[in-house]
Amino acid sequence: MAENVTPRVRVPRSAAAGETITIKTLISHTMESGQRKDGDGNPIPRSIINRFTCDFNGQNVIDVTLEPAISTNPYFEFQSLVPEAGTFTFTWFDDDGSVYTDTKEIAIG
Amino acid sequence: MKKTMLRGAIAAAAMIVGAQGALAQDADSLTINGEIDIVTEAPAAAHLDGALRTVYSGWRFRSDETQAMEMDDFDNPGMLAVEDAMVAWNTAEGTEGKSCADCHGDAAESMTNVRAVYPRWNEEAGELRNLQMQIDACRTEQMGAEAWGLDKTPMLNMEALISSVGRGTIVNVAIDGPVADMWEQGRELYYTRTGQLELSCANCHEDNYGNYIRADHLSQGQINGFPTYRLKNAKLNGVQGRFRGCVRDTRAETYAVGSPEFMALELYVASRGNGLAVEGPSVRN
Repeated sequence: MAENVTPRVRVPRSAAAGETITIKTLISHTMESGQRKDGDGNPIPRSIINRFTCDFNGQNVIDVTLEPAISTNPYFEFQSLVPEAGTFTFTWFDDDGSVYTDTKEIAIG
Repeated sequence: MKKTMLRGAIAAAAMIVGAQGALAQDADSLTINGEIDIVTEAPAAAHLDGALRTVYSGWRFRSDETQAMEMDDFDNPGMLAVEDAMVAWNTAEGTEGKSCADCHGDAAESMTNVRAVYPRWNEEAGELRNLQMQIDACRTEQMGAEAWGLDKTPMLNMEALISSVGRGTIVNVAIDGPVADMWEQGRELYYTRTGQLELSCANCHEDNYGNYIRADHLSQGQINGFPTYRLKNAKLNGVQGRFRGCVRDTRAETYAVGSPEFMALELYVASRGNGLAVEGPSVRN
């Protein structure tokens, strides 16, 4: 089980209709690759975030598959078109089955 | 004619200084989150007379990409540690059942002027303490909790928290009074060559700052940005742990973290940064 997993997201509060905005996301996670061994020589089981998605009003913006080589605390910065006011939904999927979500509202103006 | 020559000489001198400046550090200015202005360049303290004219934060020697990570808390991985420490700050521990917050309230108000003055003399204990020692003293004496230990993760996190609320305050470490002897010892260590490579701190950080050491720019070795998140090991690093790394690189046996030698050195190196701003948790490579 990954511990202390906290998602963080930064989205502008408002944008002009049709504007392209920059979104930053970060989730604190150990991203244990499964390749390492502990002090006794036993393999440490893999435990990573394996998928990250972002949706805007139900429409998919980005869908990422993460692999074990990605380092601790995966950070994504990407752009999205904002045609109307609405809600961004961010979802991270953990190897252990946990799903972490965060949402951000954005207004037009 | 004479006047023209003199002017020419001054211009030539300015060019030499200018050329050195271009080698040494860039001209960027640091503002964190668009609101906290950080002093990254200051006239050197009086005790550095003859050694340095201007002191520069290590931030000025780093690449634009590394610099940018420190300019926004969202991009600064050290701020994750600050978040962890915030939880610890409000968690009651030990036999007294007290948390940091029970005595000190909101860290953002009570701790703003702390990082800038450490290491400092503790009158009651009669010893020189750095911030980490003070935190552990608080834990064992006031809270009845177990000491975290120097340079351990929760310790570095807490140090990062206390630094982060003091960002922008000007480093002002006292070097006189009861600490004068230790400061003198620290200065001696700073200028003493160690190891098979026979290098002193000053050989790199005073004589050659701005020059390349292998593929990297040497800084002045200022510690105003500690604890520092280093990209090379992806975690927070304490001052004395960094000292160990430096001494080891001279191929010497190093002193231990918390040893009297490193305490003296930390005091001295901190005082070399008097006039710079507290920056921790900073981001370096």
